Amino acid sequence: MQLPLWPEAASAVADDIDHLYIYLTLVSVVMSVLIFGTIFVFAIKYRRRSEDEVPKPIHGSWQLEVTWSVIPFLVMLTFFWWGAKIYFLNATPPPESMDVYAVGKQWMWKIQYPEGQREINELHVPIGRPVKITLASEDVIHSFFIPALRIKHDVVPGHYDTMWFNATKPGRYHLFCAEYCGTEHSGMVGWVTVMEPADYENWLAGGGSTGTMAQQGERLFEQLGCSTCHLLDRQGRCPTLRGVYGSRVQLADGKTVLADDAYIRESILNPNAKVVAGYKPNVMPSFQGQISEEGILQLVIYIKSLGIINAPGAPTAALTQQDGGKQ
Amino acid sequence: MDQQFDSATFGMWVFLLTEIMFFGGMFGAYTVYRNMYPEAFASTSAYMNPLYGALNTAVLIVSSLSMALAVRAAHLGQQKALQICLLITMFFGICFLVIKGFEYHEHWVDMKVPLFGGHWNYSEAPQFAHQAQILFCFYFFMTGFHAVHMLVGLGIMTTIFMMARKGTFSPTYYTPVEVSGLYWHFVDIVWIFLFPLLYLIGHTRHLV
Amino acid sequence: MSTVLQDPQTTETPNYLNAEYGWKSWLLTTDHKRIALLYLISISVMFALGGVFAMLIRVELLTPEGDLVNSDTYNKLFTMHGVVMVFFFLVPSIPATLGNFLIPMMIGAKDLAFPRINLLSWYIYVAGALFAIAAIVMGGVDTGWTFYTPFSSTYSNTFVITAAVGVFISGFSSITTGLNFIVTIHKMRAPGMTWGRLPLFVWANYATSLIQVLGTPVVAITLALLALERGFHIGIFDPAIGGDPILFQHMFWFYSHPAVYIMILPGMGVISEVVPCFSRKGIFGYSFIAASSLGIAIVGFLVWGHHLFVTGMSMYAGLYFSLLSMLVAVPSAIKVFNWTATMYRGSISYATPMLYAFGFIGLFTIGGLTGLFLATLGVDVHLTDTYFVIAHFHYVMVGGMVVAYLGGLHFWWPKITGRMYPEGWGKFSALLVFVGFNVTFFPQFITGYLGQPRRYHAYAPEFQVLNVMSTAGASILALGYIIPLIYFIWSLRYGKPAGNNPWGATGLEWTTQSPPTTFNFDVTPIVTEEAYAYAKHEEAHVG
Repeated sequence: MQLPLWPEAASAVADDIDHLYIYLTLVSVVMSVLIFGTIFVFAIKYRRRSEDEVPKPIHGSWQLEVTWSVIPFLVMLTFFWWGAKIYFLNATPPPESMDVYAVGKQWMWKIQYPEGQREINELHVPIGRPVKITLASEDVIHSFFIPALRIKHDVVPGHYDTMWFNATKPGRYHLFCAEYCGTEHSGMVGWVTVMEPADYENWLAGGGSTGTMAQQGERLFEQLGCSTCHLLDRQGRCPTLRGVYGSRVQLADGKTVLADDAYIRESILNPNAKVVAGYKPNVMPSFQGQISEEGILQLVIYIKSLGIINAPGAPTAALTQQDGGKQ
Repeated sequence: MDQQFDSATFGMWVFLLTEIMFFGGMFGAYTVYRNMYPEAFASTSAYMNPLYGALNTAVLIVSSLSMALAVRAAHLGQQKALQICLLITMFFGICFLVIKGFEYHEHWVDMKVPLFGGHWNYSEAPQFAHQAQILFCFYFFMTGFHAVHMLVGLGIMTTIFMMARKGTFSPTYYTPVEVSGLYWHFVDIVWIFLFPLLYLIGHTRHLV
Repeated sequence: MSTVLQDPQTTETPNYLNAEYGWKSWLLTTDHKRIALLYLISISVMFALGGVFAMLIRVELLTPEGDLVNSDTYNKLFTMHGVVMVFFFLVPSIPATLGNFLIPMMIGAKDLAFPRINLLSWYIYVAGALFAIAAIVMGGVDTGWTFYTPFSSTYSNTFVITAAVGVFISGFSSITTGLNFIVTIHKMRAPGMTWGRLPLFVWANYATSLIQVLGTPVVAITLALLALERGFHIGIFDPAIGGDPILFQHMFWFYSHPAVYIMILPGMGVISEVVPCFSRKGIFGYSFIAASSLGIAIVGFLVWGHHLFVTGMSMYAGLYFSLLSMLVAVPSAIKVFNWTATMYRGSISYATPMLYAFGFIGLFTIGGLTGLFLATLGVDVHLTDTYFVIAHFHYVMVGGMVVAYLGGLHFWWPKITGRMYPEGWGKFSALLVFVGFNVTFFPQFITGYLGQPRRYHAYAPEFQVLNVMSTAGASILALGYIIPLIYFIWSLRYGKPAGNNPWGATGLEWTTQSPPTTFNFDVTPIVTEEAYAYAKHEEAHVG
């Protein structure tokens, strides 16, 4: 008979959260014992002994009221501060994070690695390295929950969500979908395997028969005809994608945006939302409904592979006749 | 009687507060989308014809004036003036709905009605078709709910008019007139907010 | 009812129950006391329905596999349990029953400000309930009571619109009740009944009514937009055309968070009446308790984002909502401390209502403290959408609100019916409820931290032992509810006649006969003393 009372902790952040939870519990226990104990004592000490007794009224004491308002609030502020600290830490992935991509779809998780590995309901990560997961949904809202790491993030259709963690303890841990998503919501579960670095490298080398994500993205790029305009075009109908990822792009309305994953995704699904300066709207068709979220992620990785530069500036004219696009 | 008058008017104010929250929810959601899609919004605003809107605004303001005069007449015991003012109010209320009807018909002909199975074609600026669809939905819901409130108001006015004809009201008892007046003014004020929001801001087309 | 009313004891004196007979006198009544009873019956029916769904859920969860019902059915069960319990039981419960019955009496009035609107509110409630029942009977809804888009707007194949219409309609019942209470409390107080002398039950319902009036219209428009989107196949919340599903969540929770204060404040009002009575001592900190009710109502509108911490909203929004959620706990804590202080040097009786009050203070404290866990950002990321949340809200809603409701029913039953319930059985049931409740829901804090997600038909096998414990507790809890149902009905005929004031309580309602006459007071009372003036009253006679 299994009776676990405490989940495993597989990261430093998980330990920190456990400590905060224990602190919260201790304070709650102390508060409860104080209140229950006081009531228990009063209920017995002041129990009614005769029907005629009439106690003296005590109207109140504003000093007491202030004290027992301010002190609990100050204690709550410690909860707030510690919790906010963890939250902020979890919000920003370190720059050296390795990327993994997870697409939630009724009712499974499809995980992709840049190196090409693809899994369903399984995630493999090495210990000691920050892992940044980019989350996308094909349909409804899901939520990516790994109890052992004490993290979760909703996966909302229509944009990318990201979360990150740094696992420190090898093992096999539950992965749950934590936002109700329909019939098989409780079946949308899987496993996260945290491995020693050497084991992880071995595992990684063993798969990816369909090529890296960038290669798969390149295949899609050609299949869908993107290369016609974006790489081979001589008429300047569309901006080149070489070096776009990570740059600041100037738009037709004068604003500049950062060309990140979300920008690329939006440009594929709704090209007229952000038209680059110097180009016309209504030229690029929308691919809404034609590519899965996984496919979009592959395209994003491919475009990323076309060179990342951080220089601001206007896009170059697309007059070069380049093949495939690999540097 | 005074306590009843007090209670009834206070009750109507509380009810109007709930209506503010009801419409406010829609206004809030509309504002969120407007901020998300400013260019799409600008193009939908350019399509709207402010002439219809302006006409409706004038109509409603006049009807609020006649309503206020009706309340005053009731207060002074002027039975005939009360009935005439009520009729004028109702007349302008009907005008409002008729003008709205013409306007909706024009939208239908222009294929700007995303409801009822895609009577929708946004050729003016197809790059914004999706977002414009959302904004047009809000246009129809907001003006639609407002029109429903107008209809209810007309129903109320009809009842008040019948009561007035029977001589129910006097300087010591005109609570229903007062309370209905409050409702009517509120429905007017909602329109005063709708008109600039939906027709005027961002509009660049000339008046036809 | 007619067999009861033929009993010589209650037909002796004219009262609101025997003033008129026949179904028309009930279905077309404008007497706030009769309307309260109409509500009592319909709300009890809905509670039983929601309870049946709960039992089916708990029986299914005895085993980790989904073997009692299929997944779709399970999803409908938890959805309908939530919809029925939240909108058709908890939100109306105390205001529509005890509030309707008592508020006019407590302020010395003959009835509410708008008696016919009061009756209308009951019919609106019934209409809404019929829509909800229709949705259930036609096949159910499976979106969760929170109706999140785009699942509810585009993907679900169940009767979402019907259910949403039912909730929409019931919202107007809530709004009209709140409106009625606000106007009544402002305009119809007896001479001498100043704001500072109002019973705290009235203050609590006043604050509740403010929330009802301001918040309910927002959920009404949210559900209307959802229904329109689903009906017309257009996408306001559909991400594929640029709609924002998180906007739905913001709009939904903008009402639904204050709604939980609609649900708990009246319960706190009951406790504020019961504790002074059974301590035979004026409440400690009257103005602080009254002000804290208003404080909860106001601040309660500012914290809704704590339901959305993991949806991807900005970190700074997270900070703001976390801080305010901590702040809103303070007024609740103030109440708990004041009730405890009232008992100090009091004369404590262990009558059933007081046992429920003890239970409330204990369970609400735990529920409220665990709310702080969820308001703490870093911890909420782990706990949200798990059984921890389910345990938290059941502690405040069931351990708090339902316990207070039962306590209030026991306390005012003699006034409402003229009969006493059997005290021994009352105490026993209170104990069953307390024990059953804790055994049901405490294990869920543990499974929640372990990671058992909510709304799961099948769960990981290591959670089974705690789930079995939880189901066992639910059976005890169910018994704790069924026994009072039986003895309350029994007491209508066989209960000891109660007399005007069996508890020796202060308050204008206790100055009238039990049951009261139709117009409550023969002469409008003139109030000359503060509330809870126990030291001045020597009405220490029971029965």
